[in-house]
Amino acid sequence: MPARVSLFVTCIVDQFFPRAGLAMAEVLERLGYRVEFPEAQTCCGQPAFNTGYREEARRVARHFLSVFRDAEYVVVPSGSCTSMITRHYEELFRKDPEALEQARRLVPRVWEFSQFLLEVAGVEDVGARLPAVVTYHDSCHALRELGIREGPRRLLAKVRDLELREMPASQECCGFGGTFSVKFPDVSAGMVRAKVDAIHQTGAQYVVSVDASCLMQIQGALNRAGSPVRTLHLAEVLVRQ
Amino acid sequence: MTALPREQIRQTLADARLQAAIYAATGRLMEHRRQVVAPEVLPDYQELREQARRIKEHTLENLDAYLEQFEARVRARGGQVIWAKDGAEVADFLLELARRSQARLLVKSKSMTTEEIGLRERLEAHHFEVVETDLGEYIIQLAHERPYHIVAPALHKTREEVGEIFSQRLGVERENAPERQTKIARAILRQKFLAADIGITGANFLVADSGAVVLVENEGNARLTTSAPRIHVAVAGIEKLIPRAQDLAVFLKLLGRSATGQPLTVYTSVLSGPRREGEWDGPEQFYVVLLDNGRSRVLADRDKRQTLYCIRCGACLNHCPVYRRIGGHNYPWVYSGPIGKIASPQFQGLTQDPWLPFASSLCGACAEVCPVKIEIPRLLLELRAEVVKTQAREKQRRAERWAFKLWAWVMCRPRVYEALSLAAGLLAGEGDSQGWLRRLPGLLNAGPLRAWMDYRDLPAPGRSFRALWRARTARVRE
Repeated sequence: MPARVSLFVTCIVDQFFPRAGLAMAEVLERLGYRVEFPEAQTCCGQPAFNTGYREEARRVARHFLSVFRDAEYVVVPSGSCTSMITRHYEELFRKDPEALEQARRLVPRVWEFSQFLLEVAGVEDVGARLPAVVTYHDSCHALRELGIREGPRRLLAKVRDLELREMPASQECCGFGGTFSVKFPDVSAGMVRAKVDAIHQTGAQYVVSVDASCLMQIQGALNRAGSPVRTLHLAEVLVRQ
Repeated sequence: MTALPREQIRQTLADARLQAAIYAATGRLMEHRRQVVAPEVLPDYQELREQARRIKEHTLENLDAYLEQFEARVRARGGQVIWAKDGAEVADFLLELARRSQARLLVKSKSMTTEEIGLRERLEAHHFEVVETDLGEYIIQLAHERPYHIVAPALHKTREEVGEIFSQRLGVERENAPERQTKIARAILRQKFLAADIGITGANFLVADSGAVVLVENEGNARLTTSAPRIHVAVAGIEKLIPRAQDLAVFLKLLGRSATGQPLTVYTSVLSGPRREGEWDGPEQFYVVLLDNGRSRVLADRDKRQTLYCIRCGACLNHCPVYRRIGGHNYPWVYSGPIGKIASPQFQGLTQDPWLPFASSLCGACAEVCPVKIEIPRLLLELRAEVVKTQAREKQRRAERWAFKLWAWVMCRPRVYEALSLAAGLLAGEGDSQGWLRRLPGLLNAGPLRAWMDYRDLPAPGRSFRALWRARTARVRE
């Protein structure tokens, strides 16, 4: 019996980047996993948590916990949402022992996509091919809260005909930051401008990340700069053959 | 309550010269730090951070005892300790001391604590001459500004601007070469040192077991400030205490490296008490002013008190992508950057600048480099929740509050969520060939959406993942 993987595609991928979700499902199926999509899922609660609305965040997080209670593995195309669940639910539910207990039982089964491939599936080479020059953007929460640094680069290194070129300051924030991007739009735009410059310096055709939200910010700004560079979620690279 | 200085921030962002200057200067400091904390060079760096944090934690836990021990040791060495509730009390003490000792001229070395209480201005208001002797701080004093950065107060000034300030304020020939400018300042400041009656410094550390004041600097001006005038007054926050002289081995290794990328700064002075019989130099009188100014209130919160661990290295500023864009003067208080965002609300009250804890993308670069491991992003989240709670009934948060209530209601109801998602899908036709929106139809172009669209395209919400997944599953079944 192959292991069962429940996708938590996140609200951003569901709404704006369905292709990243489909690519993730495809890659996992190729590796022999039985992939399912619990339809009652919505969001992990991060937008409210990061904006200071703890009670609203708790409500949504409880919903998340109930949807995924029986999952064998939960795989997420986002470092930030993964970290919300695996790191911040602890804080969010510190005064709700029942939900806390539920969260603690679920957390060991929740994985960011690239970490799942490397640490659970144990593969580096998923048999992908993409003849292109790409650069990798370290998204902040994946990097600093989950310690994801080399993993995606190792996966990209195994993609046939792909050349990875590092951008300067790949670890500097793109300026998204959830509601920060609309509360301080000009500062956020100033930050992504530096990111766009760094990307252009590499001459890459694609920017790859493990977080769709960063890619939304980066692509949105690339478009305004009239740039031909496209963003791709890591799964969208690994699905190419 | 002050509003977000939106216009001022826009000006900073639009100033290409300033943007380049901040980015380059902080970039250099980042690179210097990176080199000296690299594992090949400093293999125990992470352990040092952990140790430093633990020492600070322990000290604050037992601060009352260490403060008393410090006071007793200073007294035993012939110095005096003054306890000050706030800036006014520090100024009162100094004014009284200056009058008593018939002082006219006071020299100062760089100190964020004295900036915090506006000490120079307080003394100048009583017609005393107070001269900053750190070069950057001297430039800032002449320019009538406040420090741009905790460690590099004149970080935003180009050499040309410094030349202009010097020629205007000092009446000297305009010189744009930093070496020449330094010579000009040096010649003036030497005279001030010799003529000064009182030297005021801050303190990087106060050592409880020896009653010592430790000063760390690169220009030698702090050493002159403490030795040339006949009176030395060190003004320090009560959180500067460390228990033992040997703890300096931990902190001195971290401070210079984190601040400027120096394994050790050029001068490290350990001062205890006035000049004693048979000694050649040192002041005749030695005072340490222990300042509270809100610190004991911060101390009362067992979680957020870690803000007081800060050793003012400025590394969080250098690594902060927000600071690197908006610079130091758009923050409401003297402490700018990430540490300012958590310190200001705690020192000055949550409602003073309620926008401040939100002015972060929560990228976490600050916490990664903090030598005493202050959990800045987590504290920002705490402070955000506190601001929201405090302002629960206030008008300016009403719309946001209802938006999140509604959002949570929707997110707990998958069918409603899907219906809304279907409705949003109507925009699919508006996107470009790649499915991105350049602008939104009139009514939608408001609030947060407009803030987004002002600077970025938005992906047109087409068919959602769940819709595509259902179609896919149906295909597989066939």
